[in-house]
Amino acid sequence: MSVDVNIRIGGKAGQGMQAVSGTLGKIFARRGCHVFIHQDFESRIRGGHNFAQVRIRTVPVRAPGDRVNLLVALDRETIDKDLPALGEEGVVVYDGEKSGFRSSNPRHVSVPLERLAREAGGSSVMMNSVATGAALALMGQDLDPLLEHLEEEFGSKGTEVVEKNQASARAGYQEAGRSCRLEEACKICLEKSARGRLLLTGSQAMALGALAAGLRFYAGYPMSPSTPIMEYIASKQEEFGIVMEPAEDEIAAVNMAIGASFAGVRAMTATSGGGFSLMVEALGLAGMTETPLVVVVAQRGGPSTGLPTRTEQADLRFVMHASQGEFPRVVLAPGDAEQAFYCMMKAFNLADRFQVPVIVLGDQLLNDSSFTLDCLEPARVGIERGEMIWQDLAGAPETHRRYAITPTGVSPRIVPGLCRSVQYACSDEHTEEGHITEDPAIRRAMFEKRMRKLEGIRREIAAPATGGSQPNEILLLGWGSTLGVLEEASDRVSREGVPCGFLHFQEVFPLPTFDFSAVLGPKTKIIAVENNFSGQFADFFRERTGLSVFGRILKYDGRPFTPGEVAGRALEML
Amino acid sequence: MVTLDDYRSADPIAWCPGCGNFSILTALKKALVSLGKAPHQVCIVSGIGQAAKIVHYLRCNGFNGLHGRTLPIAQAVKLANHELTVIAEGGDGDGYAEGGNHFIHAMRRNIDLTYLVHNNQVYGLTKGQTSPTSELGYVSRTTPGGSLSPPENPLLLAIASDCGFVARGFSGDNEHLAELIRQAILHKGFALVDILQPCVSFNRVNTLQWYKERVYKIDQEPGYDPENRLAAFERAAEWGRRIPIGVLYRSRRPSLETKIPALRQGPLVARPPTDQCRIESLFEEFR
Repeated sequence: MSVDVNIRIGGKAGQGMQAVSGTLGKIFARRGCHVFIHQDFESRIRGGHNFAQVRIRTVPVRAPGDRVNLLVALDRETIDKDLPALGEEGVVVYDGEKSGFRSSNPRHVSVPLERLAREAGGSSVMMNSVATGAALALMGQDLDPLLEHLEEEFGSKGTEVVEKNQASARAGYQEAGRSCRLEEACKICLEKSARGRLLLTGSQAMALGALAAGLRFYAGYPMSPSTPIMEYIASKQEEFGIVMEPAEDEIAAVNMAIGASFAGVRAMTATSGGGFSLMVEALGLAGMTETPLVVVVAQRGGPSTGLPTRTEQADLRFVMHASQGEFPRVVLAPGDAEQAFYCMMKAFNLADRFQVPVIVLGDQLLNDSSFTLDCLEPARVGIERGEMIWQDLAGAPETHRRYAITPTGVSPRIVPGLCRSVQYACSDEHTEEGHITEDPAIRRAMFEKRMRKLEGIRREIAAPATGGSQPNEILLLGWGSTLGVLEEASDRVSREGVPCGFLHFQEVFPLPTFDFSAVLGPKTKIIAVENNFSGQFADFFRERTGLSVFGRILKYDGRPFTPGEVAGRALEML
Repeated sequence: MVTLDDYRSADPIAWCPGCGNFSILTALKKALVSLGKAPHQVCIVSGIGQAAKIVHYLRCNGFNGLHGRTLPIAQAVKLANHELTVIAEGGDGDGYAEGGNHFIHAMRRNIDLTYLVHNNQVYGLTKGQTSPTSELGYVSRTTPGGSLSPPENPLLLAIASDCGFVARGFSGDNEHLAELIRQAILHKGFALVDILQPCVSFNRVNTLQWYKERVYKIDQEPGYDPENRLAAFERAAEWGRRIPIGVLYRSRRPSLETKIPALRQGPLVARPPTDQCRIESLFEEFR
């Protein structure tokens, strides 16, 4: 039986839930465990009720857990609000002195987090380290990996800071060590020799993917939950030779990315649904001028400002149809950090090869959550810049035929300034040379040329991932960030005696060609699982395949699904 | 040697006969030729409007984008390849209405490009509606009772933004305009040339004659120093019996692209592909 431990660290914004969760995640990932961390926080800088939840397993994990085994309460509100989330055998560690909470339950462990931090570290800020030490003690783990981590983390701030944090951690560890432990089933046996894993968020994976793809230009305006992508790329701009321009708004950001791309460099922007709303006109500009463009849309709860720090998958139809008129585009929707990395590399290749806009759809769950993975290999995707002309060819015309009619629909483009030929890009309908025209025959030829690119694109779109029981009676259908939930929920349903499989799309538009008979038995009922109100993908799937969707498990409260929740709702539907 | 002929475009011109745009086109070509710029070293970026069509009427690199979005495209082209001479061009609607936010931030950023605004104080391509630079009380089909809002003064805005080169030209004085554009291109930073231009089809108020009676050359004013910001404000606010043309304001600020580390080794577009081994070194921080 594999281990499955779920630790929730709750408190006010600014109390360091992310720091504690990140530290615990790193300690276990280094010892070869699989870790998934998701963040549940309010749209504010200080205060409120927020938590980070770390799930540790000995098998791969990419979904939030159902039951909390260990609750670390950094404030009173966490005790009041989150105790119900604790499983029957679960343990809570809290500051009895500070919170005033009293309990005789032996699984309610009071550790004076703030007092110990002051005594050992000289400041209540070190409460984090006290709490992390206490959590490790309750899990029956050694303290050493934490002490090592604190040294790495705070080494640059001097030995005093390191030592105070270490003393705080030790104090928490010793105090909690006198109390009860987590149940035996939560025992994680760490092997020192195990190969360490990478622990990174979806946003970090996207940023790394962009760097690996040779990104040269980024323009953006911060918007949750996409901002960490911009921040990570900004931190590497000098080392990797990237121009990072903080734009005045999303309209400027996307137009800048298009301008830089026209000039010959790989360019991108990232935003959320609200910012993408402002980018819509320029999306069509990229389509019409056939300028490669990569836009990350990290979805959050809508409409309008909606739920700024929470998750939703409600922008699928929006990005599929955004902007007036018709033009080819690609929409990708990775399911975890590993997919996010490769997906970004592929997005740049598709954008360049087909000279189209490519949208990478993330969401708060994918972008803010941390995932473990073994390694990332940029060479697996490589860099394909498509038909670009970097220097004059013999007999090149003075004016390059930028929109030459070709069998594939893709017309070679020159790099302005590097060739003696010149080229025009034009947002009006245009001639092969890029000049404005309203001639009906040219209009038809140009339209058909652009749309013809879809044939080539379709051949590049990956088939959906399948798993679980085959043949089956239930097939869970999903896309994007629900991958981990689909996998686990289908397992659970199967264990209840109803064979259940899943079908997950990480490349959603155009819908890949796929032989659905391979996963559909005579008795199979398709149940769509989506973080939105209407089941947008289910409708699209039905529209393109003609297959009917039996049921829909939908969630639009801004919180992610858990596997148990999906399994339970699927079984109820039968 | 570069000649005017090198810039000749085969695309037929779609402007109204007698339009001031023709003079601006000629002045721009003269300025580029006088600086010895070959067409492939130049990129003209525009948005939408009659003025924006100018991209097609010169043979050089061109990007004819969206209404109001000229400056974001132009700035990024320059950042991606700072060896190109980048000219952004459009009308008063494109630049001062739809693109107003970009205008302010482009001046703040100070990327080395030349922004030519064909300011005819009316919307031309949509057939004669009130623009942000139309006079107070200007009667059009969108303001039948006369415009209730006073005109925007782009030059005051530019001086307030410490734009390094603020000039006003007049399409009725082609030689003077060509010289202004030449100086604007030579200026290392964001350069604005607001160009007064009669709209022969729609603007019955600000006609060629109206402008001719009012414009005067500021460099012929004794003692005028364009580096004196307060004096520049005073002249930029002058609009009525007398209207100054010429370079109203100059300041010395380093242009943005000279401050970006990634551009120190040459244009971004010429950088070799990213070494993927260096990407792998980044993974260490996540272990």
